[in-house]
Amino acid sequence: MMRRFQLLLLTLASISAFAAQPFRPDPLKSGLEFSGAEVRALYQDDFSSPAMLWTTRGEKLWNEPAGTSQKSCASCHQDARTRMKGVSAKYPKVDRGTAQLTNIEGRVNQCRTQNQQAEPLRYDSDELLALTAYVGLQSRGQAVNVTIDAQNRRNFERGRDMFFTRMGQMNLACTHCHDRNFGRKLLNDTVSQGHSNPYPAYRLEWQTMGSLHRRLRACFFGVRAEMPASGSQDLLDLELFLAWRAQGLKVETPGVRK
Amino acid sequence: MTVARILVPPTAKRGELVELRIAIQHPMETGFRMDNNGKVIPKNTVHTLLCRYNGSEVFRAEMGSGIAANPYLQFYIIAQDSGNIEFSWVDDRGEKGAASSPITVTA
Repeated sequence: MMRRFQLLLLTLASISAFAAQPFRPDPLKSGLEFSGAEVRALYQDDFSSPAMLWTTRGEKLWNEPAGTSQKSCASCHQDARTRMKGVSAKYPKVDRGTAQLTNIEGRVNQCRTQNQQAEPLRYDSDELLALTAYVGLQSRGQAVNVTIDAQNRRNFERGRDMFFTRMGQMNLACTHCHDRNFGRKLLNDTVSQGHSNPYPAYRLEWQTMGSLHRRLRACFFGVRAEMPASGSQDLLDLELFLAWRAQGLKVETPGVRK
Repeated sequence: MTVARILVPPTAKRGELVELRIAIQHPMETGFRMDNNGKVIPKNTVHTLLCRYNGSEVFRAEMGSGIAANPYLQFYIIAQDSGNIEFSWVDDRGEKGAASSPITVTA
């Protein structure tokens, strides 16, 4: 009897632990699998991928001195190809100094203002995109890997709530398209699972490179909701939740999307 | 700052067909778009791209507003002598760009 009771308790505990985990599509599929053959071909050939123009520029910027310190990224971090390997797969993470959630864009600008004594780069400027794409490229092929702990639990929960909350004139939440209806058509496009792993990515619609926050704002616009600013706390929290949700998928930076 | 990527095979046999590729980072502004204040954004496209092989012109492209941003071109030349393959281009603002790569031709 006692044994059976223990078993029941164990089952209940495992059910409630499962319920605490937000829904995740299974199996996880990168947006590339929902793209057309031409977009996939563009991504797979590194030379024809227009995103690679930004990484080429990023490599130059990495070695260029900036600010009053006249230090370049390479002065401290040396060769990005070895020292930045796998770094962006772990972002966004809580910065030890400021105890704030920081993404790669924020980290680059923190380095610029504090270590290089330079002006921060504008969000979605070609320079910031070039640097973040170049850093992201060093993690290409590695699995997205963020840990949710006591430090970022609050951010994670806020991001999760945003993902599941209806918003805008359309009264839709992210989950309605990207969890329940991926693979189906939205006008001419196939709805993807909405993962963050290719960003910053070149979008044919934009005819240029763009950050994850620019892409997220486009979704807010799509459901006719108020768009949070790029780099705002709302989008950072959502970015953390998306990274958790994409855990196990390979980083595709710099991606190519329609 | 213009960024371009070129792909020239480092070696080739004489008489061989050689594939050359070039991608240029450029907005290729059509002149038909307006900014947030309704002002027309002036046309700015890479209008001419030249490729010289050991100083003589082997390829020329004249482009306009119909070409997408960040133009990517791929074409072929016949390898003759070792030397330099030079690309140069100019846009409507008069901004010039150039890139070159050596090629070794064996008999």
